[in-house]
Order: sequence, then C-alpha cells, then structure tokens
Amino acid sequence: MTQKLIIIGAGMASGRALEHLVEQAPNAYDVTLFNAEPRGNYNRIMLSPVLSGDKTFDEIVTHTAEWYEENGVTCRFGEHIVSIDRANKTVTADNGDVLPYDKLMFGTGSNPFIIPLPGHDLEGVIAYRDLEDTNRMVALGDKPGARAVVIGGGLLGLEAAAGLKNRGVDVTVVHIMGHLMERQLDEAAGYLLRKALVDKGITVMCSANSKEIVGEDGHVKALMLDDGTELPCDLLVMAVGIRPNVALAKAADLTTDKGILVNDQMVTSDESIVAVGECVEHAGAIFGLVAPLYDQAKVVAKTLIGEAATFVNKEVATKLKVTGCDLFSAGDFAEGEGREDIVFRDPARGVYKRLVLEGNKLVGAVMYGDTADGNWFFGLIKDGEDISEMRDTLIFGPAFQGGSPVDPMAAVAALPADAEICGCNGVCKGDVVAAIEGGAHTLDAVKATSKAASSCGGCSGLVEQLLSVTLGDEFAMPTKETVCKCTDLSHDEVRKLIVAGEMKSMPQAMQELNWSTPDGCHVCRPALNYYLVCSWPDEYADDGKSRFINERVHANIQKDGTYSVVPRMLGGITTPDELRAIADAADKYDIPTVKVTGGQRIDLLGVKKEDLPAIWYDLGEAGMMSGQAYAKGLRTVKTCVGTDHCRFGTQDSTGLGIKIEEAMWGAWSPHKFKLAVTGCPRNCAEATCKDLGIICVDSGYQILVGGAAGLDLLEAQLLAQVATEEEAIEYSCAFYQLYREGAQYLHRPYKWIKKVGLDWVKEQIVEDAENRKALADRFHFSQKFFQVDPWAERARKGVDSHEFKPLADLTDQRMAAE
Amino acid sequence: MSQFIDIGALNDIPPRGARLVRAPEGEIAVFRTATDAVFAVDEWLPGKAGPLSNGIQHGQCVTDPMYNWVFDLETGEAQGADEGSLRVWETRIENGRVLLTRDVLGELRASA
Ligand code: SRM
Ligand SMILES: Cc1cc2nc3c(=O)[nH]c(=O)nc-3n(C[C@H](O)[C@H](O)[C@H](O)COP(=O)(O)OP(=O)(O)OC[C@H]3O[C@@H](n4cnc5c(N)ncnc54)[C@H](O)[C@@H]3O)c2cc1C
Ligand code: SF4
Ligand code: FES
Repeated sequence: MTQKLIIIGAGMASGRALEHLVEQAPNAYDVTLFNAEPRGNYNRIMLSPVLSGDKTFDEIVTHTAEWYEENGVTCRFGEHIVSIDRANKTVTADNGDVLPYDKLMFGTGSNPFIIPLPGHDLEGVIAYRDLEDTNRMVALGDKPGARAVVIGGGLLGLEAAAGLKNRGVDVTVVHIMGHLMERQLDEAAGYLLRKALVDKGITVMCSANSKEIVGEDGHVKALMLDDGTELPCDLLVMAVGIRPNVALAKAADLTTDKGILVNDQMVTSDESIVAVGECVEHAGAIFGLVAPLYDQAKVVAKTLIGEAATFVNKEVATKLKVTGCDLFSAGDFAEGEGREDIVFRDPARGVYKRLVLEGNKLVGAVMYGDTADGNWFFGLIKDGEDISEMRDTLIFGPAFQGGSPVDPMAAVAALPADAEICGCNGVCKGDVVAAIEGGAHTLDAVKATSKAASSCGGCSGLVEQLLSVTLGDEFAMPTKETVCKCTDLSHDEVRKLIVAGEMKSMPQAMQELNWSTPDGCHVCRPALNYYLVCSWPDEYADDGKSRFINERVHANIQKDGTYSVVPRMLGGITTPDELRAIADAADKYDIPTVKVTGGQRIDLLGVKKEDLPAIWYDLGEAGMMSGQAYAKGLRTVKTCVGTDHCRFGTQDSTGLGIKIEEAMWGAWSPHKFKLAVTGCPRNCAEATCKDLGIICVDSGYQILVGGAAGLDLLEAQLLAQVATEEEAIEYSCAFYQLYREGAQYLHRPYKWIKKVGLDWVKEQIVEDAENRKALADRFHFSQKFFQVDPWAERARKGVDSHEFKPLADLTDQRMAAE
Repeated sequence: MSQFIDIGALNDIPPRGARLVRAPEGEIAVFRTATDAVFAVDEWLPGKAGPLSNGIQHGQCVTDPMYNWVFDLETGEAQGADEGSLRVWETRIENGRVLLTRDVLGELRASA
C-alpha cells in the first residue's frame, strides 16, 4: 500500500529530495507538498539575477505545475502547517484541515534574522529571502531618486545592494565589521571588493553601527547610526544572517538546538519524521549554502525508500559572484600554528590571491579578481594533497609552466602615464618613459633630460624602476634597502607610490604595492600608517593597531609596565594653578617620581595603566593636555625668558616659542621634532642643537635646522634669517611640512637633510616663496585634523577604553569559582 | 565542571588588539588576530620581554614593546635569533564569548 508523505516547505532542499524520490521509487509515496510561499519550488539563489534584471522569475522556477501533476504530487501552495500531532501522526494546515501521514519531511529552511532595532517593524523594512522581498526591491527601482540602505555587508547584503544599484536606486551598505564579507574574505580581498562596489556607485560604510530606524507615518524614513549619521532611505533591507526555522518542530517536541537535530540518515528524534535543508542541525553544524543540502537531499530520499545512505558534511568552497566581482574562498584561512602564507598580488589587474599552507598541505585559499584556479586549489585542500614539490610555483596555478616569479615592479608598471613620479619637478610617468625611450638609459641621463630625480632624489628609486620596466635587462637595477621583508620597495618608493596611486588605506596600499604578507609586520605597519596619515590627513583613518604602544596609549611605557605622563607646557611656561593640579594628581594617584624634564616641563613617572584616563581627566580639568612626550611628532618648544625679563633679550623669545608650539602641537612626523627659541646668541634655550632652532637677533630671527644632541651630536645650520615673527612661523611650519612629506620613517631631520642636501631645502623654502606658502598651508590644513587632545578623547569620550581596563580579573577566588 | 572560564565577549577585544587578564597564575595577555583567532599567553617573559598585551600584532605574532622580540602566539616561542618561550593558555570561542582554560587558576583550580 502506498504510504502518505507530507512535506513541509517547497524549498531548494526538499525540491531536490522530491526529485530523487520520484525518480528512484515513483510509487512509494503519495506526496502532499505544503509551502507557505504561494508558489512551488524555485531556485532561490537565482533571486539575485531576478533582482538585477538579468532573469525573470519564470526562468528560475525549478518545478512546473505539469511536473507536480505528472509525478502525482498534491500541491498546497500558499498554505502552511500550523501544528503536528506526533502521537496520532497528523498535521494541521492553517485552514484547519487535518491530514494523516506515515512519513513527514521538514524542509522549512531558515528565517532571516531581523535585528530588533527600534523601528524594525516599520513598513519598508524588509529582509532578502523570497520573491516578495525581491519584488519590493524591483518596484523601488521604478521610483525616480529612490534611496535604499542595506544593513549587512555579507553575501546577501551585497547582492541586494548590487541589484538595487542596477535598478537605478541610490544604495548605501552599512556593515558593522571593518571589512566586507569578513567570514569569507581577508582584509586585502575585502578591500578589493569594496573598491569594486564603490566604483559601481554604491556607498559602503564599514565599522558602522546601526542604532535606530527612523520612521514617518509608520513607514521607514532613515537609518540612524550610533555616531549620529542619518542615512535617509525609502527601503531598508536587513541582510544580517539567517536562523534555522525550527519553531514548528520545537512546538511538536522534536529535539532541536540551533536547528532540528538529525542523524546521518536525516532522521529526527522521531523516526517517522525526517528533515532536510537549512532547518537541520547535523553533528553541530548548520547550513547556509546549497551544496551540502543537495547531499542531504540524496540521503533523505534513500532513507525514505528504506535504503542505506549516510550524510557526510564535506568541506565546501564558496565560489561567490557578487554581481560582477569574482571572489573565491575555501577552507580555513585563519592563522594557526605552523601555518604559512603565500601571497600573490597583481595591482594592475586588481588580483589578490592568498594560499594558507600547513606543513606540506594547502588548508585555505582566498582569491579576488582571478578565481580561475579556485577549483584546483579547492581540490588540493579537500584531498589533503602533499604540495611540497610544487610549493614555489603553487600560487601560479595548474597552468604554470615555469614563468616569471612575482614581479616587484608591478606597482610602478601599473601607474597611469599622468601619475606624478617626481614631485619636486612636476614630472609624470609619461615624461620619464618618453625620456627613456628617447635615449636616456641611465638615472643621470633621465635626470638631465626630464629633470626627474634631479632635486631631492626621493624619486630616484621609482625612476630606476621605470628604466628597468622600459628597458628590460638592458638596465641593471642597483640594490637598495627595502622597508622590511614584506616588500621589495624602499621607503621613498612606498611614500611616492602612496601619493601617486592615491592609496588611502592600509589594505589598499598593501594590495597595490604588492605586499608579500597579509598584514605586514611591526616594522612596515607603523611606517605605512605614518605615510598615510601624512598624505591624506582628512581622509585616512589612523590605525592605532599599527602604532607602537606609547603612541597607541599616549603615554611612555616604563620598564615595569607603568607609564609616564607629561602634560604640555607651551614654551615651558606654567602657572601656580597648573602646578597645584599636577601636585594634587601626584598625591591622588600615588606617583612615585615627579621630575623636571630636559624639555622644560614636568614628568609624572610610574602611573598605573588603569589610572591613565583618570589622571588625564584631572589634568584636563586644570586646562592641561597631552605633551606628546611619546610621539614621533611635535615634542617641545623650549624657550628662554627673552625680552620680558632678560637684560640681553632682543625679541620676545618666550612668546614666539608659545606661538609656534600652539601652531604645531599634535602633528605627527617621521620622527620626533624638537624646537627651541632663544632670545639672543647666548643661546640659553639650546637652539643650536635642535631639529629647528630660532635665535633672536636685533634685526630679526635666525632659523637653524638639522641639529642633533642625541645619538649624534650636530650643530644646526642656518636656513634663513627673517625679519618678522610671522615669517619665522611660516618658515618653521614650511620646514616641518617639507620634512613630514619627504623624510623616511624614523629619520630625524638631520638624517633627511644629509640625503637631500641643505641647498635643496633652501631652494624649496627660502628661494621659492610660493612653495613655502603652499607647504605651510598644507601643514595648517593637516593640523585641522590632528590638533585634538588625545587625552581628552580617552578621558572624556571613552576612546579606546579597552586599552586601559583588564578584560577580567580572576584573582578573586569567589569569582573564579562561579 | 567546565574546563573553561568565560572571560568576556570576543567583541571586547578589537581585531589585532589585546586585553589583559589577571589570574592567580599571573598576568595573561589575550589576543584577537585580524582573522578572529584568539590566543592567550603570559603577559611577561620575566627579565626578557613584556608587557606583551602592549605589543604590535601582525599575522599570528606579537612584537614585544620593550625590546622588539617577536613571539608566535600559538606556540609562545620567540622567533628569529631570540630564545625563550611564553606559557601558552588554551582558549576557545563559543557563541561570541571568549573562554580561557581553568588552568590559569593554578591552585584555586581544585577548590573551584
Ligand atoms: C623625560 C626625558 C628625560 C628627562 O627626564 O629629562 C626623556 C626621556 C626619554 N627619552 Fe629623551 N628624554 C628627554 C629629553 C631628551 C633630550 C633633550 C631635549 O629634548 O632637549 C634629548 C636630546 C635631544 C634630541 O632629541 O636630539 C633626548 C634624546 C633621546 C633620544 C635620542 C634621539 C636621537 O635622535 O638621537 C632617544 C631615543 C629615540 O628617540 O630613539 C630618547 C628616548 C627617550 C625615551 C622615550 C626612551 C624610550 O623610548 O623609552 C625616554 C622615556 C623615559 C620615560 O621614562 O618615559 N631621547 N631626550 C626628556 C623629556 C623631554 C620632554 O619634556 O619631552
Ligand atoms: C538571494 C539569495 C541568494 C543566495 N545565493 C546563494 C548562492 O549563491 N549559493 C548558495 O549556495 N546559496 C545561496 N543562497 C542560499 C540558498 O538559497 C539556501 O541555502 C537554500 O535555499 C536553502 O534551502 P532550503 O530548502 O533549506 O530552504 P528554502 O529554500 O528557504 O525553503 C524553505 C521553504 O519552506 C517554507 N516554509 C517554512 N515554514 C513552513 C511551514 N510551516 N509550512 C509550509 N511551508 C513552510 C518557506 O516558505 C520556504 O519556501 C542564497 C539565498 C538567497 C535568499
Ligand atoms: S638666550 Fe639670551 S635672551 Fe635668552 S635668557 Fe639667555 S641671555 Fe637672555
Ligand atoms: S621628488 Fe623627484 S627629485 Fe624630489
């Protein structure tokens, strides 16, 4: 006698199971198929092309009315099952019908997760799961000027965004993590993906926290972020994840956890009931991609016809196509013991590939831009093949025939002809290449004919690379010092390329500059971070994780792990109130040592890390801010008493020192930058051994640069003599900016001047008034973003609060025992 | 009794960041890498390196803030020419929570 099989849910998994069943045992069951959606099985994955307009719904239907009819399946679409009576083996539909079953199959899929933000129930807030959602988005495209916000930068969210954009909707993606699709992609690939989406015209906001959905007359109007940003929208799509749909199974007392628990035969805790698809949990795993669901479908069909079969949850590769972008990720690409990375980047083509090896095996792969070899890599991962023989060439894929290794020159080769190579002389790549092609085959010849590299010399490395790229073997590259083992480029080259290539984030720079490690090392990260800070003060977001601890927590670490705190005292001038506040803080926080520094200010040494925000708060109340005694940046401006008190004083050295410190505090530079202003040549403020020193004389101000009194002892040299305070300030700021823009990271000004020559510095600042002004202007522009007291940010706004508090204290026995 | 102690949410540690945990066995630095792996090692290698939760993280390594030693966070071994190794403590991530082995309780472990 034919048994009765009732299937709950006409989804991708149950549809496939049904196919296997009718093929292998056409007469075994009398099947009734319920589906809450008012339609039968269709290919849910293909909703993306339906949204983008590449396909119609009819094209993605997998089972037609005829198919159900031919195979004797009774369809009850648009009806859902509301309860199950397992004792009597019946189900109840929403219209009250009670139907008996011999076997029952769950195929109820998942529910999209809706974040319970205020306003989540407004009209116009949707998920992306079914045809109804898709149609809502399609309809929005008909409305001129329509705007949508998508919460979630995973696969689904990006598909929704790309589709909406295709329909002419103005879309913003709001993603909580630092980069897109963080589960499948690493930062570098995430960066490339973001770039591709931004190029399409989609606005992408990462590290963005949604706070509230704002409505008007019951309809969504905008999304509000926790930083107060308001993103107006007519439709809000939440694509933040899915949860197995287990409510019905739970109500029927089947064993569930995250999903409906099934054994290897897809049988639930009730042997008459099977389950398949995203609603199940198998051996602790739940599912979100169709590949394993199709394996489950095969097994469940066998189980229903009484044949042996076992479901094995195999490793899956995600080959993803976010409309128009090629991505691939497979296996496990987290770092781990004994793991090694092989990275290949082709900046010109926007390609990034990373392989993760463990011993002689490939365990993970992430690819962007060129995924042709994905399946081959996936095969190696799945089969655990020994790759030691092909290790060196593995990344080039199966077609590799002994071709060239990774090309360090790729970044230069990729620059467009109008990219600036030599900033001093305004020479672009096209001019240099023209000079080389015109017969200039050495660096000197290029200098002579195109002027490139003829001034500060900072671009020589790039010019040499262009010689090599243009002339091939004919040109022998001189050996050079690279930033670190993560790159073949020198500091100068990296700096210039960041500017010429308009690279504005760390992952972007690492990608375009062909970094050989996924996220650099402690040597290159601080340098890159500085170059980015200096090049794009308004656009680059400083990366604290790429700064040494002193700069990260804005205090100097001591050998016992405590910190020292040095408040700023402009020009070395203080007040009784400030001194009282310092004394009170020293008492209150049990400061073991209070010392006057060599920089004319006071150091509180031995502060506990946890006390830092509190002591900063107290000092801030008294009007003091960070003295940046820890910074590769502006340190102190020492002054002498000058005309105010001294009988020899020629100018107001104290006042000028304060004005300069007011203009310069907060600035970052390649290394620390110290100044002094002294009231006459007796030099009581020691201006002659500073990075920049000013000696006041009767006729004006002598500006000296490049002094040193640390590891090297060097007398500062005269840059210029000027008549007014205003000029002295402008020259100082211009000099600082020239150094900031040109020197390699961790070079003090004297080292940089040794490289570029004092004459060149004079040309830039003294002889070229326009350039001097432009440099000073760029400095002041940058200061708009960096003159923020980092102590106040931490003491008052809670910035980086995780740095100062332990995560947990387990030393308390009661707590440990809980 | 569980072998692990819940010490906080994964999101309490920023990617590439580290947090300190005080335990009867000493101070412990808990790291979260860029790819969301979590490692715990001793904060100090006495006389040689530390406090490591203050270092710069890269890949699966941390660079000591005092003398630039580089340690592999999974094995605790100093890399390159330096020699020394940190105690490594087992961690787990479950449902967005970071769990640390009860071994950090030392003698309290038995009484807990
Ligand atoms: C506090 C202070 C000593 C004092 O008690 O007076 C000091 C303390 C430190 N100096 Fe200094 N320097 C201090 C004035 C100086 C001076 C004198 C000056 O500024 O007039 C010099 C020589 C002038 C110069 O910089 O050229 C000086 C040359 C150095 C150097 C060598 C720099 C060089 O390029 O040759 C270093 C090492 C480095 O920076 O790499 C250094 C590094 C250090 C560090 C940051 C060492 C470190 O990395 O941990 C010390 C921090 C100690 C701590 O416990 O926090 N310190 N240091 C002075 C703080 C001045 C301030 O108010 O900001
Ligand atoms: C836009 C989009 C793009 C995707 N792209 C990909 C991709 O590229 N690659 C990939 O591998 N996966 C992709 N997926 C995921 C894939 O579609 C799912 O993994 C798959 O559809 C799950 O199949 P299922 O049968 O478990 O559930 P579903 O296909 O969701 O079917 C479940 C059905 O059960 C019905 N139902 C629920 N409860 C009841 C009830 N009580 N009574 C009656 N009926 C009920 C539901 O209405 C639904 O129709 C994508 C998903 C979406 C939404
Ligand atoms: S430098 Fe000259 S003006 Fe300044 S305090 Fe010394 S003697 Fe007086
Ligand atoms: S940038 Fe080319 S010489 Fe200065």
